[in-house]
Amino acid sequence: MSELTYREAIKLGMADALAADDSVFLIGEDIGAAGGAFKITEGLIDQFGAERVLDTPISEQAIIGAAIGASIRGLRPVAELMFADFAGVCFDQLVNQLAKYRYMTGGQVTLPVTVRLVNGAGGGFGAQHSQSVENWFLNVPGLKLAVPGTPADAYALMRAAVRDDDPVLLFEHKALFNMKGSVDTAVAPLELGRAATVRSGTDVTLVATQVMRVRAEEAAATLDGEGISVELIDPRTLVPLDMETITASVARTNRLVVAQECPPNGSWGSSIVAGVIAESFDLLDGPPVLLSADATPVPYAGPLERAWVPDAERIAQAVRDSMDAA
Amino acid sequence: MSLESASHSADARADAGAPLDLLRRMLEIRLFEEEIQRLFNRNLVRGSTHLCTGQEAVAVGACAPLRTTDAMLCTYRGHGAVLAMGAPLDRTFAEILGKAEGLCGGKGGSMHLTDVSVGAYGSFAIVGAHLPIATGFGLAARYAGTDAVSLCFFGDGSVNIGAFHEAMNLAAIWKLPTIFVCENNLYGEYSPLATTTPVHELARRAEGYAMPGVRVDGNDVRAVQAVVGEAVDRARGGEGPTFVEALTYRHKGHSRTDPGTYRPQEEVDAWLARDPIPAFERVLGDEGVPAERIEATRTAATSAVAEHLERALAWPDPPLAARFEHVYA
Repeated sequence: MSELTYREAIKLGMADALAADDSVFLIGEDIGAAGGAFKITEGLIDQFGAERVLDTPISEQAIIGAAIGASIRGLRPVAELMFADFAGVCFDQLVNQLAKYRYMTGGQVTLPVTVRLVNGAGGGFGAQHSQSVENWFLNVPGLKLAVPGTPADAYALMRAAVRDDDPVLLFEHKALFNMKGSVDTAVAPLELGRAATVRSGTDVTLVATQVMRVRAEEAAATLDGEGISVELIDPRTLVPLDMETITASVARTNRLVVAQECPPNGSWGSSIVAGVIAESFDLLDGPPVLLSADATPVPYAGPLERAWVPDAERIAQAVRDSMDAA
Repeated sequence: MSLESASHSADARADAGAPLDLLRRMLEIRLFEEEIQRLFNRNLVRGSTHLCTGQEAVAVGACAPLRTTDAMLCTYRGHGAVLAMGAPLDRTFAEILGKAEGLCGGKGGSMHLTDVSVGAYGSFAIVGAHLPIATGFGLAARYAGTDAVSLCFFGDGSVNIGAFHEAMNLAAIWKLPTIFVCENNLYGEYSPLATTTPVHELARRAEGYAMPGVRVDGNDVRAVQAVVGEAVDRARGGEGPTFVEALTYRHKGHSRTDPGTYRPQEEVDAWLARDPIPAFERVLGDEGVPAERIEATRTAATSAVAEHLERALAWPDPPLAARFEHVYA
């Protein structure tokens, strides 16, 4: 058990995966000699060599394509997309090739590719370097989506993703890189598709990931002082999604709030709300609340960007609204 | 090199490249495509289909130097390439017919024929998308220290899509054992090359990547075999990628709905006169192969295609539950 930042936990996850299995290698832009744009891979090239930490040209299609081909030969590539937004540059490789190759060939190939994507707003990077893009892939069967929100989950999900025989997109939130937390590298491997109950409560089920999870914890503490007991759930992976844990919680609280860092349409939050309404309507004492970012691109100016994404107070208010509505 | 044709031996690559084997494979592909056209006309083939009739020499010549441990990746006009690697005729028919016994269990179809057991690692229906993937197979070979190579076929239309550039560049900068085989059939879908591409000698594209670029007569199976063979040897020897431009012509339109009327009749006639199969039969005759051996090869191919099709037609549809399989491992 050690105290690590989210950044260090991701790096340790990769280092341990590289050390555990010779078939694991890293591939991406400036991840080797430069140590990565966010210094996540710093030092790994010295530890594991340039054959296993591959610096590429600025060619996202080639990065993902090369990872696909290598994975079919039994290697376990960990490919980095420096900013998650760049998934748009290689969208075809991700959704038409990586996701479907196994299916279209009737299971003749297996693609144990991990794609790391640096997600999220809050850094003033503007509209093309600040998105949380996991929703782009929600409607693409064949991909698994991991969204760690703590150093411990970052480590565990990294190890699980690399070990998994399917393609996993691992979203790392850049606003969490300096977050500290205890990481136990000796725990049993985390299974993808297991939500974490971050906090137990009795009045409202609140679902959130990454930065929204951190803010939801603050909101829950505030609400506790007001006599509202929040059960906070972090799905940790959006595909597979642990609806069982969410539904079981709603069965106890009878209220659902989802907070997410993205516009509402076609989002994982709207899927959860729709799922609970369709499958578990009778459990609800009132309408679920979906708290999202604005349906605009991410703005640059500090006040605009801060207003774009829900803060702890807006999450707390959403919970109060759900109580009032019931 | 044996003169004998190894018809459907246990090893799909046995005798690949022997003269009568080259002829047999080209004949089988030609007859296969003609059957597919007929099946289409009978509404037994779904969606669209893209025949490679006229381009058989490129597929057969370029695959001849490959081993089953290599990786061949091709396009949606890939029936010929997959058969050239040695995919069984019956299961290839079955895949296009959407049968359970198809190469991909009926989930791929005409545009996604794949048989990894013979080194045919997929047919890709997004133009250029498989070129970066081919570099990944090259990277894996280098990583594992094997002398396997990857070879990707693509059309002249692919040279203007971004994935082409990224793959060529990556293969060159890393000296990957990847062979890029461009089947220049002069038309990207319906558009003549001159209207889409400023440099008409596509092999020159290789200069921009400091990669050897070779133009070859794609209707001469032996010429293709020799040029690709050299490229494969270079790749196995660690000397990096090669770009091969094979000039050829599709006898049919782009896809089933395209009669190809945008092509001048004189041009079509000139290329039909250069049909790679009779041309190779003449070469074999000139080299002293008895006419009856050539005729016997043709007869064997004809009956093989007919028998395999009959078997494929009798196979059942996939069970409905099969659609849920192979989404995840």
